[in-house]
Amino acid sequence: MSTTHKSLNLTLKVWRQKPGAPGRFVTYPARNISTDMSFLEMMDVVNQDLIKKGDDPIAFDHDCREGICGSCSMTINGNPHGPDRETATCQLHMRRFTEGETITVEPFRARSFPVIKDLAVDRAALDRIMAAGGFVSVSTGNAQDANNIPVAKENADLAFDAAACIGCGACVAACKNASAMLFVSAKISQLALLPQGQVERERRARNMIAQMDKEKFGNCTNTGACEAACPKGITMENMARTYREFLKAELSKRH
Amino acid sequence: MAASAGLFTSSIGKKYLMGITGLAWSLFVLMHMAANLLIFVSPKAYNAYSHVLISNPFIYVAEAGLVLLLLIHVYNAIKLTLENRAARGERAFLTTSGAKGVSSASKTMAAQGSLILVFTILHLITFKYGTVYMASYDGVVMRDLHRLVLEVFQSPGYVGWYVVALVALGFHLSHGFQSSFQSLGLNHPRYTPAIKKIGLFYAVIVAAGFIAQPVYVFLVHKQ
Repeated sequence: MSTTHKSLNLTLKVWRQKPGAPGRFVTYPARNISTDMSFLEMMDVVNQDLIKKGDDPIAFDHDCREGICGSCSMTINGNPHGPDRETATCQLHMRRFTEGETITVEPFRARSFPVIKDLAVDRAALDRIMAAGGFVSVSTGNAQDANNIPVAKENADLAFDAAACIGCGACVAACKNASAMLFVSAKISQLALLPQGQVERERRARNMIAQMDKEKFGNCTNTGACEAACPKGITMENMARTYREFLKAELSKRH
Repeated sequence: MAASAGLFTSSIGKKYLMGITGLAWSLFVLMHMAANLLIFVSPKAYNAYSHVLISNPFIYVAEAGLVLLLLIHVYNAIKLTLENRAARGERAFLTTSGAKGVSSASKTMAAQGSLILVFTILHLITFKYGTVYMASYDGVVMRDLHRLVLEVFQSPGYVGWYVVALVALGFHLSHGFQSSFQSLGLNHPRYTPAIKKIGLFYAVIVAAGFIAQPVYVFLVHKQ
């Protein structure tokens, strides 16, 4: 990879949408974009130009800009978070693009992710799934000694991998069915694998799946688009684990 | 707190149903394909096999079971397709590609399935409920399916349609077989790569085995 500084001139086709109105693509030039910039920094440059001209800047979600908050959420040329695997939009460098390229930028599209404005979508449906069971109960009182509860090394590793999910919703946006299964499975797996998650284990599986269905996310058909789009490398193995959790919980429920 | 989604009505329950019914039919098509290969043995072997099969009273139970499994599969497939299209929202634009692309077989299961369903119905009309010829071997009178097969596959249009439909079946199995294991919660880094390879192999074998019959009849038994 070249380390020399270069700049690009690009054309952006950006989805613009106001609340309650239909959206459309608007074309903007992106000039003198440093190849060292991230995709979000490029968007900042374009927005500065818009502001200077007195236009409405493009709304998009962003926060940490280092791939751990799950805020950024653009679909770039059809791929959530752009062309590279395990890379969030904020970690995507402009050197990935070529001079003169036209880049299509859309929001994370799904019925359950209504557009707030332009590229910003409302992902509160994922929060409601978490509220339905993505937690553990901890008694108040003195803090326990660290490492007081033994955890098998393998389970700790698997739970840690599942916990890498930043809840960005790229899995939903990539899925042709807009299924949230990968997100939900990462959360269920993370807690099911740890001793702290055992108390609510069964009802967590049932309640989170019920809430997921209630939010009208689509049904998973195992295309694997979610796994490919995930910026954190969450695997479909978590989904299979979740199906086992759900089956066990459904078969063992007493009421 | 949300109420339980129910075992078979939840989105996961539908996966179980699709997986179980799909796997059962995968086994059936393998058996059917293997039996078809008897055409390469002799007309007698071909006819005797089907005679033994249909003279067993258990065949009605098996047929009813297969129809029931297919109905569950098709009903759920229609439901899934409608729900999933609605869940996409306003998304008539680009799809994932490159390093984030997925197999076209996995994206077109509904289209393949619709084609296979139409094919299956026409196929039953042509053969199971088609012209009845009789043959006699060693004093046993039985249906001469071999003759009907030879007759039907003289038409290039018929052979072409069979090849197209069976290629679609191959695609359907190439995603469906391995996907069933995932849906039933069977995914493990030690076994899943092998299951995926077996699924692809299975799809190719079944499709090629089925296609062999009409092509063989058309090319070799030209009347």
